[in-house]
Amino acid sequence: MFIETRNLTKQFGGLVAVKNVDFAIEKGKINAIIGPNGAGKSTFFNLVSGSYTPSAGRVMFKGNDITHLPPNKVAKLGVARTFQTTNLFEQATVLDNVIVGHRLRTKSNLFDAVLRTNRYKREEKKCREKAMEVLEFTGLTHITDQLAGSITQEEKKRVAFALALATDPEVVFLDEPAAGINPGETEGLAELMQKMVKKGITVCLIEHKMQMIMKLADKIMVLNYGEKIAEGTSEEIMNNETVIEAYLGGDASA
Amino acid sequence: MIRLHRKHYIIFGLVIAAGIFPFLNQNEYWLHILTLSFIWIIAVYGLNLLAGYTGYLSLAHAGFFAIGAYSLGLLTVKTGVNYWAALALSCLITSVIGFLIGLIALRTKEHFFAIYTLCVGYVIYLVIDKWDSLTGGVRGLIGIPAPSNIGPLSFQSSLSQYYLVLFFLLATIFIMYRIVHSLTGRTFIAIRNSEELAKTIGISTMKNKLVVFVLSTFFAGLAGALYASFIRFIGPDIGYTTVIFDLLTYLLVGGIGTMAGPIVGTILIVSVSQSLQFLQDYRMLIFGPLLTLIIIFYPRGIVGLFNEMYMKRRSRKKPRLKKTQTPYTDSEGLQEDRVKEG
Repeated sequence: MFIETRNLTKQFGGLVAVKNVDFAIEKGKINAIIGPNGAGKSTFFNLVSGSYTPSAGRVMFKGNDITHLPPNKVAKLGVARTFQTTNLFEQATVLDNVIVGHRLRTKSNLFDAVLRTNRYKREEKKCREKAMEVLEFTGLTHITDQLAGSITQEEKKRVAFALALATDPEVVFLDEPAAGINPGETEGLAELMQKMVKKGITVCLIEHKMQMIMKLADKIMVLNYGEKIAEGTSEEIMNNETVIEAYLGGDASA
Repeated sequence: MIRLHRKHYIIFGLVIAAGIFPFLNQNEYWLHILTLSFIWIIAVYGLNLLAGYTGYLSLAHAGFFAIGAYSLGLLTVKTGVNYWAALALSCLITSVIGFLIGLIALRTKEHFFAIYTLCVGYVIYLVIDKWDSLTGGVRGLIGIPAPSNIGPLSFQSSLSQYYLVLFFLLATIFIMYRIVHSLTGRTFIAIRNSEELAKTIGISTMKNKLVVFVLSTFFAGLAGALYASFIRFIGPDIGYTTVIFDLLTYLLVGGIGTMAGPIVGTILIVSVSQSLQFLQDYRMLIFGPLLTLIIIFYPRGIVGLFNEMYMKRRSRKKPRLKKTQTPYTDSEGLQEDRVKEG
């Protein structure tokens, strides 16, 4: 198993945001998590990426228990993620924003920085090249010198992808990548995700845009009130009674 | 490349100007003011790395400044340690205390961090003020020696002290420049930008914040130690909270999180405030509104304003290759944009 959660549970006081979720993320595929608002999708992401510590259960990555690792250590193992809102440093250029993404694969410290040692120069070059590489991959070479504050919403999403990719991940968690962008741009982002998978990077995403998910995802998990109510391919999900009920209300006869 | 060269000329010109200033202006008084400003600038640079580049506003730095000053004073006056050894030790002592305080303080964030460090600064002031047997309390510490000779170099005259402080200032700027324009600096900026995001791209935020905190206390300590040997007398006042607000004013007016901000802000405020001596405390009637206006309209200070103008010009020269949206180049536009996203 690539990434697996066992009995994953998170409680905030009396509220159970995620309840006993068993889910396996399959390597080299596009995995999707869907569910109504407040279903616990983002919490699930935060648990897997180490931002939250689970109340119970475990998270396994390639056979290792990563349940209690802090997010920066999880990132080093090869798990990257993006956020719903893209926090870029708007007064710096796109390139400058992405360079720091490869920092976790470098070792140079303060003294290297002040003395500009060979190791530092080598690593600085490496980070810059990596940034250019991922910016090319995400189709942003034409705006590398633009200020991050002056680019479009869709470009910001792509920069966030680029930043995640700069960490050399094996799996990327994308939290609502297509939120707030138009259908044409959504199409473009979907293509980008397929391109990532082709490159050997596993993708796991949360999304509200059903059309996109149904076309894109190889495997879907549906959450409702923190519990997994269905899991399977898009056809299986589309025809699942419980899912229809959760989305359309109890008496739906779809 | 032309831009880079022009920038180098400016830096070179400023260094020359600082170097020949004493010969152009024979006035002892202004030399004294300028030396003092240089010492403040070193402390402001320390504060800038932490508050400006990493986003942690420490209000304890007057305390660290005082720790540096008192360490040097006590080591030279009471134990008779060689001046240069005492200078190095003072920086070390300040950094060690900074490390211990940082371990606790950095568990808090934003306003809580500011309030916590404000308290720490005040406690440091109180300890210095009340620990009579060690620090001399309100009477202060007198007879601190000037820097001792290095070979043929003597530091007794105010001119030689000016050059000594200038040397330390240039070293500080050099180190700051290299740190800010490095992967380490980018790491700090990433933390300021979003700590959550920084963590997910594999940055150990606590470790990095601690490094910055210690580093910034080191420079506060260095400034304090230089101050002690320049003024030759120190009292607990130098650790009082008004000092940190002075430093903060210099930083905010000059430009927080900019490379030249500490120099511009400090020199400007100190010289204006000297020229307005005749107004006595009424000077604050000018500084108060001025500071408020700068914070409202130019949150990145005077240097930030120039940077923005420069960026605006550059983006006009280099139009986008795709799409037609006009770039937001003024800070108000940026803020609006951010609000929309939030």
